[in-house]
Amino acid sequence: MSSAAETGDDLRESLVDTLRQNLADGVVGSEIAGGDAWVRVRATAWRQAAEVCRNELGMDYFCFLAGLDWLENKDLSGEKVWDPDGGAASAEIGAEVDGTTADGFATGVAGGGSRFQVLARLYSTTAKLGITLKADLDAAEPRIDSWVGVYRGADWHEREAWEMYGFQFDGHPGLRHMYLPGEFEGHPMRKDFPLLAREVKPWPGLVDVEAMPGEHEAAAEDATPQEAEA
Amino acid sequence: MAVTTDWQRAAYIAGQAADARVNVELETEGMTLNLGPQHPATHGTLRIVVRLDGEQVVWAEPVAGYMHRGYEKLAEVRTYPQITTLVNRIDWLGSFCNEVPFILAAEQLMGIEAPPRAQWIRTILFEMGRMANIILFVGDMGVQLGAITPVFYAFRDREHVLNLIEAATGGRFHPNYDRIGGLKEDLPRGWVDEAKTAMQKVRDFCDELDDLLMGNEIFQKRTRGIGVIPPAIGLEYGLSGANIRASGVDFDIRRDEDSPLAWKHCDWKVWTHPDGDSFARYWVRLQETREAANIVDQLLDGLPSGSIQAKVPRIIKVPAGEAWCHTENPLGEMGYYVVSKGGLGPFRVKIRTPSFNNVSIVPWVLRGVYVPDVITILASLYFILGDIDR
Repeated sequence: MSSAAETGDDLRESLVDTLRQNLADGVVGSEIAGGDAWVRVRATAWRQAAEVCRNELGMDYFCFLAGLDWLENKDLSGEKVWDPDGGAASAEIGAEVDGTTADGFATGVAGGGSRFQVLARLYSTTAKLGITLKADLDAAEPRIDSWVGVYRGADWHEREAWEMYGFQFDGHPGLRHMYLPGEFEGHPMRKDFPLLAREVKPWPGLVDVEAMPGEHEAAAEDATPQEAEA
Repeated sequence: MAVTTDWQRAAYIAGQAADARVNVELETEGMTLNLGPQHPATHGTLRIVVRLDGEQVVWAEPVAGYMHRGYEKLAEVRTYPQITTLVNRIDWLGSFCNEVPFILAAEQLMGIEAPPRAQWIRTILFEMGRMANIILFVGDMGVQLGAITPVFYAFRDREHVLNLIEAATGGRFHPNYDRIGGLKEDLPRGWVDEAKTAMQKVRDFCDELDDLLMGNEIFQKRTRGIGVIPPAIGLEYGLSGANIRASGVDFDIRRDEDSPLAWKHCDWKVWTHPDGDSFARYWVRLQETREAANIVDQLLDGLPSGSIQAKVPRIIKVPAGEAWCHTENPLGEMGYYVVSKGGLGPFRVKIRTPSFNNVSIVPWVLRGVYVPDVITILASLYFILGDIDR
């Protein structure tokens, strides 16, 4: 079993090497760990990376494309709810992740230098190997080349990332709303988009037993014993 | 609005026109037809706008989002154990299969593995979820084409599997049974014997449907050669599961990927069909249901004893990192890309659902077909709305 995993990692090494050769300085970070491979490319090399994957590496299967927002927002990320005092724990969370930037963004596997990232996964059904590609996007004006010309399946995924994160995909045949109504304003998956249900009422799911009707007034007075225990 | 240069737009339109199997010269007065949002062929609320030229489809555009529940956002404000409740509701016909890849991703980040008995039971219930899901398809495809009986048989025989899922987990549709490091509880007494009987009933159902539908001349006429998807196009759109195996691509994550689940301990076959048409998709799914019953039978025979829960902390914190875990769900490849920053809940969960990609090919595959075939193709692609909209 272990030898099979090793040969898999060798193959992944060669995938990453091929990308490096073809994109030159377009590749800015890579990581191979836990039976998977990540490559971070420059936003300008995004489309070319897809072409290399498709034509040179035989990645025939388009898996998904998604956005990522690394903004630390305690109000939203649940720490507010789980840690009523604002969270001494959350200060150390960022420190555990590699590649913390000056802005305080901790940006995950294969690093990152910006608030927004786009990530996509491709797979080769012949070599049975997958790869995750990432690219940093400008925080103020996130825009990147579309993949629709390389993988047709990217169409809907880019529409979703456009509406949920506000990323512009240059060359996309028509960025229309995927899920939300046409007049919707804002980009709901951004970390600074408020989740109103949580603003109105704290998430009751933290405690095992929810208070019975009429019980909350009494519970609020004795400083939420369950939360203190957790 | 996307900034697109004129030549890019022109190239796109030219490509579309070249692809279109429509005779532009014979164009008569067109008509726009709305299929859905409430339509029996859509298994929920998907709207498909089709532009017709006579009986032929000029273009078609699915409109999703009537059932968008925002699970990716909601997952960011929940703890890991709470998320299985949400993801149960993605593909609601095979709910247990939605929990498994998420739990596996969390386990991978935590570096723990459930004990063998738990993995075996997970795999058994996973395959039962597949049966419950596909049995309904097998009957439903008949009803879309005018054969009423199969769907009644499907609803009848699906109960055998759902009863077992309910007996083990407590929920017919939303089991919420998988836990980080193991399972909620062990199987009830007598379950294994019951399951063996039910597997025989599932096989009998498949044989019955084989007799009823597959050889039927009308069924063959309406499905053979309808909605052909070439393998390269299908892969480019990210088609997975039976939809791509029916185009002759031998791609099954259960076999191809190293998973802690128990498929590697069974002797089973990945079914493919070279034709890529609606008939092939039906045929592959029927074979897969039989194969799932065989897998469950073998796993029941080899079910190891022992604990069903690995040691995990009382409050589950998942170390920082990123993990991609995917499985071969009834509808195709389902996966979770989980980003953790070391907290009680995930920082970001990308849910890759099979139906989203499977339906994105609809504009391509519907172009140029006739109106009755639209229904055949939609039924044979087999999607579940919760699985598109998440």
